[in-house]
Amino acid sequence: MIEVKDVYFTYPNSIEALKGVSLTIKNGEFVAIMGENGAGKTTLVKHFNGLLKPTRGSVLVDGVDTTKVSVATLARKVGFVFQNPDHQLFSETVEEELAFALKNFGFKEKTIKRRVTWALNLLGLAQYRKTSPFMLSGGERKRVALASVLAWNPKILILDEPTIGQDYQQKEKLLQFILQMKAQRKTIIIVTHDVEFVAECNPRVLLMRQGRITADGKAQKVLTSPEILTHASIVPPQITQIFLQLSDFGLPKEVIDIYEARQKLLDVLERKAK
Amino acid sequence: MSVFDGLKFRRVYSPIHNLDPRIKFIYVCAIFAAAILFLELLPLIILFLIQVPFVILAGVKHEWLRSMRGAAFLATIIFLTNFIFSFIGAGYIVTPSNLEYAIAMTLRFIVLIESFSVFFLTTSPDHLGLALEQTRIPYEFCFAFTTAVRFVPVLAEEAQTIMDAQKARGLELESGNFLKRIRNYIPILIPLIVSAIRRSLELAEAMESRAWGATENRTNLYVLKMHRGDLVLIAITAGILTVAIYVRLFLGIPSFSDLLGGLF
Repeated sequence: MIEVKDVYFTYPNSIEALKGVSLTIKNGEFVAIMGENGAGKTTLVKHFNGLLKPTRGSVLVDGVDTTKVSVATLARKVGFVFQNPDHQLFSETVEEELAFALKNFGFKEKTIKRRVTWALNLLGLAQYRKTSPFMLSGGERKRVALASVLAWNPKILILDEPTIGQDYQQKEKLLQFILQMKAQRKTIIIVTHDVEFVAECNPRVLLMRQGRITADGKAQKVLTSPEILTHASIVPPQITQIFLQLSDFGLPKEVIDIYEARQKLLDVLERKAK
Repeated sequence: MSVFDGLKFRRVYSPIHNLDPRIKFIYVCAIFAAAILFLELLPLIILFLIQVPFVILAGVKHEWLRSMRGAAFLATIIFLTNFIFSFIGAGYIVTPSNLEYAIAMTLRFIVLIESFSVFFLTTSPDHLGLALEQTRIPYEFCFAFTTAVRFVPVLAEEAQTIMDAQKARGLELESGNFLKRIRNYIPILIPLIVSAIRRSLELAEAMESRAWGATENRTNLYVLKMHRGDLVLIAITAGILTVAIYVRLFLGIPSFSDLLGGLF
């Protein structure tokens, strides 16, 4: 569980990135943090594993104040996958890359081997085991970065912009993977601009603007309210845009799911036919 | 990284910012030379104080102080080594003169950092490139130089992100013995170097696609011209140099202990 209590954060260059953020993320929750560039999304999530410490207020992870423990201690519990995989890949082989964190956390040799194999298979990277991560494509490097964090099986997983540079198929795989993690009662937090991806997962959505949280609720509620969205520089999902335009025909406004949309449309058509 | 903060340019306007960068550079070199000329504390204090009005006039007090704080660590090392060696040289006794010598050496370093910091804080990279070009230095060199200057803060920021990413994977930079600590930096250095190389290749492609080197004789939109302020600075620079050389050659410089001794 992550508890954020009235957190303010000012960078050394005196830019105030967070201005009084309070929220609670329960175990097993799936949260998407959205908002315009420079809204403070990444700054906020960097507080969850202690990379940044609040200037004022406090952040508790499972009841432990993040200012009291090191990043390495928190990282065991909170996995953080950075936006750009090139900021972390350095090993000679993909296998060693995955083992790096496990060695840092002091896992036994045998466990490391097992975990690495498990993570490689999970993300379909088994054939690259002995390849240099620098030889892989952008999307593959991103998956290696993800696998290197998953390898130690953290309870809370933070993904910064996971869908950037991924094709449709990879996004679909990512979605399946997140749902699988969710089923295992992992807490998942994603920072993203990808409205369509969020619409497909239907998580809890936090909208941020200028260092404050401006909306907090189910994606179905937040992503279908045009007033809230324009305020945060976000366009509603395409399916919602259609339903917002069609509300005169007695169609509901709060639709983000394609299958639900199809059903609703068929209902109306059937009623018309009678 | 706070030493770099003192070299980061911020776009503000002040009489100092508007000065011709070439003249400012000559001024910095003059201060540099003057600082090297003296081993005594008194003239170095004067050189230190001469810069203060510049800093205040340029309105970069805050950044300048931060870079001074960043230099404090090196300054301490310089002080300690000088002090210890003169202490040993004097036969294991502390004399006022060797204490003064150590302070003077430290102050000399601070004066050098100070003048460079003022220069970089008040000169935009564009201006700097322009100045180099208009002193007829081949454009390739000017470009390489300005690019290097411009990418220092970018690289510093990138290093910070990489450090964060590796810390998030359980890397503890401050743990272990000396050798282990050096090894701890490998996961930071490799991504940093790789991305710097990758960036330079991208930059080269971007340059090619924007027709870099298409014409032999480049012209500039802005041409540097000397104004009244520049002439004043030239006069000040010449004054400082003349006085410094004159004092060095023809006058004895009293040490602080002499001065204090005369008082009591």
